[in-house]
Amino acid sequence: MSRPATLALVAAAFLLVPAPASPQAADWREIQKPPLRPFLPQQPKRIALPNGLVIFLQEDHELPLVRGFARIRGGAREEPADKVGLTAIYGQAWRTGGTTSRTGDQLDDELEARGARVESGAGLDSTTLGWDCLKDVLDQVFPVWLELLLHPEFREDKITLARNQLHTAIARRNDEAAQIASREARKLGYGNDSPYARVPEYASVAAVTRQDLLAWHKARVQPNNLILGVVGDFDSKAMEATLRKALASWPRGPLPPRVDVPVPAARPGVYFVQKDGVTQSNIRLLHAGIRRDSPDYFAVEVMNQVFGGGFSARLFSNIRSKKGLAYAVGGGVGASFDYPGLFQISMGTKSGSTAAAIDALYEEVDKLLQAPATPEELARARDSILNSFVFNFDTRQKLMAERMLYEFYGYPPDFLERYRAGIEKVTAEDVARVARQYVHKDKLALLVVGKAQDFDRPLASFGPVTTLDVTIPEEAKKATP
Amino acid sequence: MRRLLSTAAIAFLAASRSAPAQDLAAFEKKITVRTLANGLTVLVCERPEAPVFSFFTLVDVGADREVPGITGLAHMFEHMAFKGTDRIGTRDYEKEKAALEAVETAYAAYDAERRRSVGHDDNKTAELEKAWKDRIAEADRYVVSNEFGEIVDREGGVGLNAFTNADETGYFFSFPQNRLELWAYLESERFLKPVMREFYKERDVVYEERRMSTESRPIGRLVEQFLAAAFTAHSYGQPVVGWPSDLQTFSASDAAAYHARYYVPASMTIALVGDVKATEALPLVEKYFGRLPASPKPEPQRTVEPQQTAERQVVIKDASQPFYLEGYHRPAFDHPDDAVYDVLQDLLSSGRTSRLYRALVRDKKIAANAAGFSGLPGIKYPHLFAFFAVPTPGHAPEEMQAAIRAEIERLKTEEVPESELEMVKTRTRANLVRRLDSNQGLARQLATHQARDGDWRGLFRDVEKVQKVTAADVRRVAGATFVEANRTVAMIQSTRMATAREGGAQR
Repeated sequence: MSRPATLALVAAAFLLVPAPASPQAADWREIQKPPLRPFLPQQPKRIALPNGLVIFLQEDHELPLVRGFARIRGGAREEPADKVGLTAIYGQAWRTGGTTSRTGDQLDDELEARGARVESGAGLDSTTLGWDCLKDVLDQVFPVWLELLLHPEFREDKITLARNQLHTAIARRNDEAAQIASREARKLGYGNDSPYARVPEYASVAAVTRQDLLAWHKARVQPNNLILGVVGDFDSKAMEATLRKALASWPRGPLPPRVDVPVPAARPGVYFVQKDGVTQSNIRLLHAGIRRDSPDYFAVEVMNQVFGGGFSARLFSNIRSKKGLAYAVGGGVGASFDYPGLFQISMGTKSGSTAAAIDALYEEVDKLLQAPATPEELARARDSILNSFVFNFDTRQKLMAERMLYEFYGYPPDFLERYRAGIEKVTAEDVARVARQYVHKDKLALLVVGKAQDFDRPLASFGPVTTLDVTIPEEAKKATP
Repeated sequence: MRRLLSTAAIAFLAASRSAPAQDLAAFEKKITVRTLANGLTVLVCERPEAPVFSFFTLVDVGADREVPGITGLAHMFEHMAFKGTDRIGTRDYEKEKAALEAVETAYAAYDAERRRSVGHDDNKTAELEKAWKDRIAEADRYVVSNEFGEIVDREGGVGLNAFTNADETGYFFSFPQNRLELWAYLESERFLKPVMREFYKERDVVYEERRMSTESRPIGRLVEQFLAAAFTAHSYGQPVVGWPSDLQTFSASDAAAYHARYYVPASMTIALVGDVKATEALPLVEKYFGRLPASPKPEPQRTVEPQQTAERQVVIKDASQPFYLEGYHRPAFDHPDDAVYDVLQDLLSSGRTSRLYRALVRDKKIAANAAGFSGLPGIKYPHLFAFFAVPTPGHAPEEMQAAIRAEIERLKTEEVPESELEMVKTRTRANLVRRLDSNQGLARQLATHQARDGDWRGLFRDVEKVQKVTAADVRRVAGATFVEANRTVAMIQSTRMATAREGGAQR
């Protein structure tokens, strides 16, 4: 509160709006923070059709856009081991392969002429089909989306095109060290052949047929296996009527059983991939993490915030700012919705400080176990999560996306509220306990991708080294016709 | 199931709402712009839906003002803007200030000795290096590490980050609506009195960034060499992250001098978007940012890239997979033909109807991805319109070149059909609306146009200009730009190229 006199002068000279000039704060702690204005975000409307289809409608009239997004259960983790890549091909050819009445190229022309998009996709646990258009062309775009949903054709030429894309990805997957590290880390965490770690190979991509895609679609794209969200500039009543007319008579069908994938025992040890043409090593430390429905999730979130989240976290402060060892460094106990995430620390450091960086990471793991969180760290982590909580629902689209997520994974619709309440209750003892329970130094796999000749110390100083073979399996040469 | 379709095409359209928010008139009502007495421009866009706001601080200097010896310094200063001030990040600033001055004196002595060519003494260098590192350790005793970022995190800030490119430097994050004054304090303070603490550690961090993004990535290495070949005089030929020697040499004093010279209020534009009232925000901005001392805007850059007179080529032989890139010089963003280049980019690259996708990806099946685009490495000065293609297995960069050239030839010899041009124009209008939907995205675009065009309305006018482009314009500009003597080619030739696999053969 110093020097109000000079400040008043400055203010008098430049003030644009006559307002009582409060003095400039000398210290950020002196700045007044009025309570956040009350905010009751608009919840999306949830509609459950008798055939099992769940729809969320969220009106948002700010921009003249309408966006719809269907998410269907079942993804790469459910594809057969000898056809890895099936859903990746499906996710492309669904849209590009067109419908029974129109080719994908025709759809491209029709949609692009209207500045509209209809796109399909595939992920680990689901596939998606969405549209995004100006409201004045919705009458032309929605039927395209609906026809793709119900009558896709998966034409051969576009399956070939999708295969080409996968071939390219396979051929290039060892070009960048960071990509090798991420891929091999998942294999170490989940097992080489685990649905959570495996990647498409030339042979498995070649094994995928059009019949496979049609069969996948028939089995999975059922109203009782699908969640649809629509957000934008529409009237909910009219939209609901349209969607009911279009989708309510769609009969429900039997669904494939959900496959439960066990996570194997940890594979502690030192793992190495030689990578030439780099000046930096990619380092990972990892073992299995937790699921988000664990009662310990909230304490783990606070622990992660202390350990690896943001500018004030220990990893950033100690490894980056104080030691100057890394540009990118981060980590924490991962928590996926319906399978265990990974506890993982990752960083990149110059080849010549590889061992020093690993020492520094192990030191942070020790500190996490021995000195989990000071009262200041705990307060800072909780404040950070709670003060930024409003950003979880600061747009209507975000709020709908959250609700769709909880619906998809069978979480309670008020999970976000429970999350806030859970974070508020976390104590220093909780953080210490979850650190002991979920972080195990002796179970960590250490993975290094880099140029061994340039390391400051051989990796063998951390234990016996297993060299990983990342050679891309070449498909047997095809006989020339 | 077919029956379902016939019922689908029914009217969605409820009563049409008044005043669609995407047009210029709607934004006129929400936006207030002021220039403070010291020359700083602030723009407030009221978007009160949720109790949050985002801001974007644009500083009209990027790597463009760097000269050999200080390449990478603009980006380095951007990192230093997170290190705090004389009131944030210190235990005792008076003592820290003296300690930091001692660091600079020791560094200057060490740096002079290690780079001395005549009479260089290794032992003396080592002694001076130790003395410098001892001074750093002394100064570090006063540091509260990352206090700036910690305050932002703790007070609920999200997305705290910044970037430096060839043209400009941008700083941004989002805050809850009740932290407006705290924001004004923090954001003004970091530019009013930045302290170059932990500078030499941060220089190592930035070098790691260079190793990650440039040195250890085949395409990173290629692009650096490509730009160095394409620009012989202008600073666009220098990497934004800096050359290795400069990154290992420039000092905290150099960074402070760069800040003093280029971070003048007249070069700064701030956009605030969200639950912020102009009547409340402007006095706060005045109060805090009004403290920045006025200083003349630096003289415009003198060097202009001379006309290229011969094709240049960069070939990297690498164990990674092949890649192809070529670029042609084009005028700066404020040239009357800028919108024609926008049309060319969209025509060549946007979506599955684009010419490069249809030719290289869909029909020839020689590339997994291909595009043509402006803005390499910036747009403020004459720059490059570049083409790239990612070959599918078994296809060489030379095939990409031939296929791209064929598409270029078509642009030069045949007029774009009206329907195709119309599609580009429609898409440009639709994409404008899509770009208006986030506070942070809007803040960046409004600040950028306000700074660049002197008016945020440039965001909308660029789209209007595209609507006026004719097929003859496209042909004329393609013909003038895409010529051999104006071209730089860069490619990765693979020493371990993957085997060809024409995907059609399977079953």
